[in-house]
Amino acid sequence: MRELPTLPLPAPAPPAEGYSRREALVMGLFALAAAATATGCSAADKLAYEEFVQKHFKDLSPEELKDRLASMEKRYTEQFGKEVKVSATPPMPGVLFGYALDLSRCIGCRRCVYGCVEENNQSRDPQTHWITVLEMDKEEGVNLQNANAFYDHETVPAPGKFYMPVACQHCENPPCVKVCPVQATWKEPDGIVVIDYDWCIGCRNCIAACPYGARRFNWGKPSIPKDELNPNTEYLGNRPRQRGVVEKCSFCLQRVRKGLYPKCVEVCPVGARKFGNLLDPESEIRYIIENKRVYILKEELNTQPKFFYYYGL
Amino acid sequence: MNVLSKFGSFVTGTARMAFVGGNRYYYAWLGVLALCIVQAVFAFSHQFQNGLIVTNMRDSVSWGYYIGNFTFLVGVAAAAVLLVVPAYVYDWKPIKEVALFGELLAVCSIVMCLLFVLVDMGRPDRFWHIVPFLGRMNLPGAIMAWDAVVLNIYLAVNLVVASYLVYCGYHGIHYNKKFVWPLVIFSIPMAISIHTVTAFLYNGMASRPYWNSAILAPRFIASAFCSGPALLLILFQILRKVSAFEIKDEAIHKVAELMAYAMGFNLFLFGAEVFKEYYSNTHHLVHYEYLFAGLHGEPSPIALYAWMSLAFAVISFFLFLIPRTRRNIVTMNIGCVLIYASVYIEKGIALIIPGFTPDQLGQVYEYVPSATELRVAAGVFGIGFLLFTLMVKVSVAILFERPRAEGAH
Repeated sequence: MRELPTLPLPAPAPPAEGYSRREALVMGLFALAAAATATGCSAADKLAYEEFVQKHFKDLSPEELKDRLASMEKRYTEQFGKEVKVSATPPMPGVLFGYALDLSRCIGCRRCVYGCVEENNQSRDPQTHWITVLEMDKEEGVNLQNANAFYDHETVPAPGKFYMPVACQHCENPPCVKVCPVQATWKEPDGIVVIDYDWCIGCRNCIAACPYGARRFNWGKPSIPKDELNPNTEYLGNRPRQRGVVEKCSFCLQRVRKGLYPKCVEVCPVGARKFGNLLDPESEIRYIIENKRVYILKEELNTQPKFFYYYGL
Repeated sequence: MNVLSKFGSFVTGTARMAFVGGNRYYYAWLGVLALCIVQAVFAFSHQFQNGLIVTNMRDSVSWGYYIGNFTFLVGVAAAAVLLVVPAYVYDWKPIKEVALFGELLAVCSIVMCLLFVLVDMGRPDRFWHIVPFLGRMNLPGAIMAWDAVVLNIYLAVNLVVASYLVYCGYHGIHYNKKFVWPLVIFSIPMAISIHTVTAFLYNGMASRPYWNSAILAPRFIASAFCSGPALLLILFQILRKVSAFEIKDEAIHKVAELMAYAMGFNLFLFGAEVFKEYYSNTHHLVHYEYLFAGLHGEPSPIALYAWMSLAFAVISFFLFLIPRTRRNIVTMNIGCVLIYASVYIEKGIALIIPGFTPDQLGQVYEYVPSATELRVAAGVFGIGFLLFTLMVKVSVAILFERPRAEGAH
């Protein structure tokens, strides 16, 4: 297996949760479920009840969080027929994630789009993409009104065209967070804007407010073939989603908080995508911002994205 | 009689008044509404089981017909003040007796608003997340949380005032002015605020240049002050024909006159908006182009409605402005229907869809409501109309049909 490149980060990722403990919890939960079945209450009823009364992610005590993670793991493991891990990896201190994309290199191949789908367990049917790749005319420059997200050439890049992939920009001043009526979405200390899928009410105000069209709603029941599920999941990231809630790019927080690059960075065949710690003056992302011609999408809206387009060539 | 048994007799007595003693048209009307509701239960259960994918909303146009109806009905609810202000504040007799019906309309409109929000939610089972103290409201930041607060306060105020007035009428006692007065006064700024906050919901989004205009809230208020009374004027004439309900022509003409001013102001604000967009001719003009013409050489499916709405508004403005056509019962009724249609199209189609088309990344998704959306909406209107019909039946019986006791309201 190829050695994966790792992110230079200050603090090591926190150790994975102890297995023995989780095992004990799972056993405890199993005993509880058994007891419940004995009293005539089915596990499915209990789950439905649990889902209905559950708390907001931030209101969970450490013990309650452990219980919920264990309960989710059990459920997903049963559902997908393989062991699924659900973690709640906290942000690392001293890290503010930033992204850069070289517009002069991107060829519009959309490998990032499909790499993202696999890594982040997006629904295959109906199909959900977190990244939209826009095709535009070189003559016009960035003109969204002339952008085409549905190009289907035999080969890319098409002559006279350039490509602009757009996903969540992880704004410093995120409109989606401001408008959410129930605080189901928020900005983490490492700059990643996250969603608690179990708290979202599906009002879609965030979709209306996002200037980047980055948020996706689960209009139908999301589906992933069992063998295609990525079993390494995060509570606030790529765990299997439910119908009627909003989702979006999380900078692959299941990877970046453990020192790996986001999937789209890893799969980009032309090296157009860069990622790193904005607080580290030695990082590649800081080098790009300080030395290249940077373009910020809809800069006039003062959303202050942590996603920087640049012209590397 | 103690308070509890008085209240009990009020509940059973009014229930009897609502369902007993109507003519066959009344029961036929109730039957039609019941059918609307029953078919909508099937449509909604289909939506509940399969998700919002059965609507034609998608990520590009993420709000549609449901939220358009919601916005329109907030305006109808707010417009009740147009009757409440002259009745209570200026103590203008001809309107005073009918102001109660404005309040009942407000109550039913808000109930419909809340239902439209509920059917639009991806997870209606989690509605309690936005309930104060129970959920986790995003205050003061989120306008939608504010909207939930003001709508419910306005609903409570109108419900309390209206049911108290009917209660007093039922028992033939005079209402306590010290109790009603502050609530009525309070309901005036509340009416303005429900529609303002709803406008701010759209207005506050920099991502949607079509809505991001400072005169959106005044436009909402101006259009509401035409559409709500338009509904009431038609209703008053029907009631006058079929029941003991009384309203003086003088009051009808006065309301019609107020509507002419509101429509004039509405058209002026619209003109100001159109001037700004077309004269400055920036990229943001695309939404108006989609509304009135089309994009990329393709005709827009909503342009016809947009022009109809504008034409109806202009025609009805002149019908209400000219005293002769305002006082003529036929032309006035035509004007009412035109105003209602104009504002319904404006709020339901011309406000929501161009706000989302083209979307934030310039893509065009042509939204037309699905059959499920139309069916569910028919049911929500059915519930609202049913509630309104029953409440009006009771109120007319109490205020106009019963021989009134000495000193009764």
